[in-house]
Amino acid sequence: MNVRSQISMVFHLDKCIGCHTCSIACKNIWTDRKGAEYMWWNNVETKPGTGFPTAWEDQEKYKGGWDAGEGELRLRSTSKPKTVFNIFHNPHMPTMDDYYEPWTYDYKALFDAPEGPDQPTARPISMVTGQPMDIEAGPNWDDDLGGSPVYAENDRNLEGLTPDQRRQLFAVERLVFFYFPRICNHCLNPACVAACPSGALYKRGEDGIVLVDQNRCRAWRACIAACPYKKVFFNWFTGKSEKCILCFPRLETGQAPACFHSCVGRIRYLGVLLYDAERIAEVAKRPNEELVEAHRSLVLDPFDPEVIAAAHRNGIHPSVIEAAQKSPVYQFVKVWKIALPPHIEYRTLPMLFYVPPMAPVMAGLEGGMVNHVSDNLFHDIDESRVPMKFLASLFGAGHEASVRYALRKQKAVRWHRRALTVGDVEPAVAERMLREADSSAEEAEAIYKLTSLCSFEERFVIPPAHREEAIEMMRDPLEHKQGVGFGFLSGPRRSA
Amino acid sequence: MTGVQNYFDQLFFVALPYVALFTFFLMTVARYRARSFTYSSLSSQFLENDQHFWALVPFHYGIIGVITGHIVAFLIPRQVLLWNSKPLRLYVLELTALVFGMLSLIGLLGAMWRRSRVSKVKRVTSRRDWVLLHLLLLQIATGVYIAVLHPWGSSWFAASAAPYLWSILKLNPDLTYIAAMPFAVKLHIVNAYVLIGLFPFTRLVHVLVIPNPYLWRKPQVVRWYRPAPRGSAS
Repeated sequence: MNVRSQISMVFHLDKCIGCHTCSIACKNIWTDRKGAEYMWWNNVETKPGTGFPTAWEDQEKYKGGWDAGEGELRLRSTSKPKTVFNIFHNPHMPTMDDYYEPWTYDYKALFDAPEGPDQPTARPISMVTGQPMDIEAGPNWDDDLGGSPVYAENDRNLEGLTPDQRRQLFAVERLVFFYFPRICNHCLNPACVAACPSGALYKRGEDGIVLVDQNRCRAWRACIAACPYKKVFFNWFTGKSEKCILCFPRLETGQAPACFHSCVGRIRYLGVLLYDAERIAEVAKRPNEELVEAHRSLVLDPFDPEVIAAAHRNGIHPSVIEAAQKSPVYQFVKVWKIALPPHIEYRTLPMLFYVPPMAPVMAGLEGGMVNHVSDNLFHDIDESRVPMKFLASLFGAGHEASVRYALRKQKAVRWHRRALTVGDVEPAVAERMLREADSSAEEAEAIYKLTSLCSFEERFVIPPAHREEAIEMMRDPLEHKQGVGFGFLSGPRRSA
Repeated sequence: MTGVQNYFDQLFFVALPYVALFTFFLMTVARYRARSFTYSSLSSQFLENDQHFWALVPFHYGIIGVITGHIVAFLIPRQVLLWNSKPLRLYVLELTALVFGMLSLIGLLGAMWRRSRVSKVKRVTSRRDWVLLHLLLLQIATGVYIAVLHPWGSSWFAASAAPYLWSILKLNPDLTYIAAMPFAVKLHIVNAYVLIGLFPFTRLVHVLVIPNPYLWRKPQVVRWYRPAPRGSAS
């Protein structure tokens, strides 16, 4: 057992209202710079939809992630010989057209325009060339376009659906969509790190955050092609790759990352998971139908004395183990098993988990009308307006078992709470539902509390980073305190 | 030989190479130590993909072939002359060299066209880039011109240019080998020195960047702030 700690995340999709506050918080802090205008380290997508960059889940096109053919893990986009051969032109590199050309407006024209019969207009100006441009796409161009034949219909996750299911999904009366906020997954088997010819990308040993060393990045662009979630971005102005840093300067000082902190729906949870690093390669090679379960089996029980002893041996601080025991992520992922990794079939072993959405609760369609009767409030999950197959493609590597389990348990929690608070459900029925969903009244209460009544401290259990100990080994902390914090002494500008 | 020409020969073929080499070694190291952030080419593939392939791939493979040829003839001139003693082998070598030269010429022209025409790529092209591109064009164009009009360069490079270059490295410059060279050849040599001298101040530094640890390392990279636990180097 090789115990390591990882700062992991859960996004509760039933609570996401698609307000994009997280994206804006991130943009304001990190990517409001030249060359980074088009980047959204955090973005919120509408599902079904094509997302950002357009159709990023289409790995036939983007070649992201790993393949486990012939029992060996291989990057789809590159290999060592291919890296040498393709060193002058990356064959699977997405371009700005796959994202969008960032723009601003010529606001000055509103003030300077001479008096005339028409209202003056502010024309869009490209933030790359500085020239007037026609806007063709934006960061969340398909926002709320759930039923659209242009965007939603091209969602790759609809592939497993029968033509009949598809038709139903796009019938006006049954139109449905939910929001899918995305940041870097800080994977256990990151494809971006494995692809970097410079060794500039790395995973931090202490907390598992994946970062790009800006001084070592040599612009080979391999990470951008390799990341299946398209969460490494190329800064066209500095010629370096950039990605979500999980706000590590905030985490190290005990603050939640900006997107977590600002989340209006309080859908985000953050906490430590202890995992067994020895088994990563083995788990990543499992067949698709076993992946979700195998990935979960990597997560270790932070109360198990053996795990604690092994963690001590690996230098994991007692305060971090304590944080792991209080981790909300551990509850959602390992104990309740209702949070699932996105697209685990890419085999990067993401450490951001999603509670799949039940919404909308009302599904019944009688004579072309949506049924509003209360006894149909918590319908059979297989008749949900979001087809099970679609969710399975997103969160179950195409297999429904783990998604069905998560949804059944959530449904049982709703019946349980309905019986308690409204009383129009027989307690015996609620109890049976819980039993059938592999749950209990106590567990349902705990899920309900952490889902609906969770405080800031319960949602974000941030372990102390203990950077002071790391510094002490290299230099006097007091001297260090006066000498750091300035970062780059010259701007990232470059003329050659 | 007139006095003026002698003066220019001394300036361009004795003084310039030392200035260029000195600048090259000193500033290349200095730039790496001071601003390793800038130690790469500013890739523009993200802004334009198709022309990038058709220009950059032939250019790079062409220029690598050409430079390898120069280095081989510089390092083992005798063996090159021996190889060239059979006409057929000479023709094969010359033709190969010309193909590489043409590839790099076409690729470079493509790259310059792309940088001047695609508005987004134009935006990330600095004045320094343009100076470099024109110097490279001059270098490759004179090279191809020499290959066509002054044939069997592989032989006379090994016989005359290589000894001259060695004399420079041995700190005992000997101009007898190149004094009578045609103007195009002299221009090619002088421009080469200029390029070597400008190397550390331009995006040419990316030539020194090779995916060194990548080819030997494990796929995953882990950095520890505290000492890494035993048995988990990565």
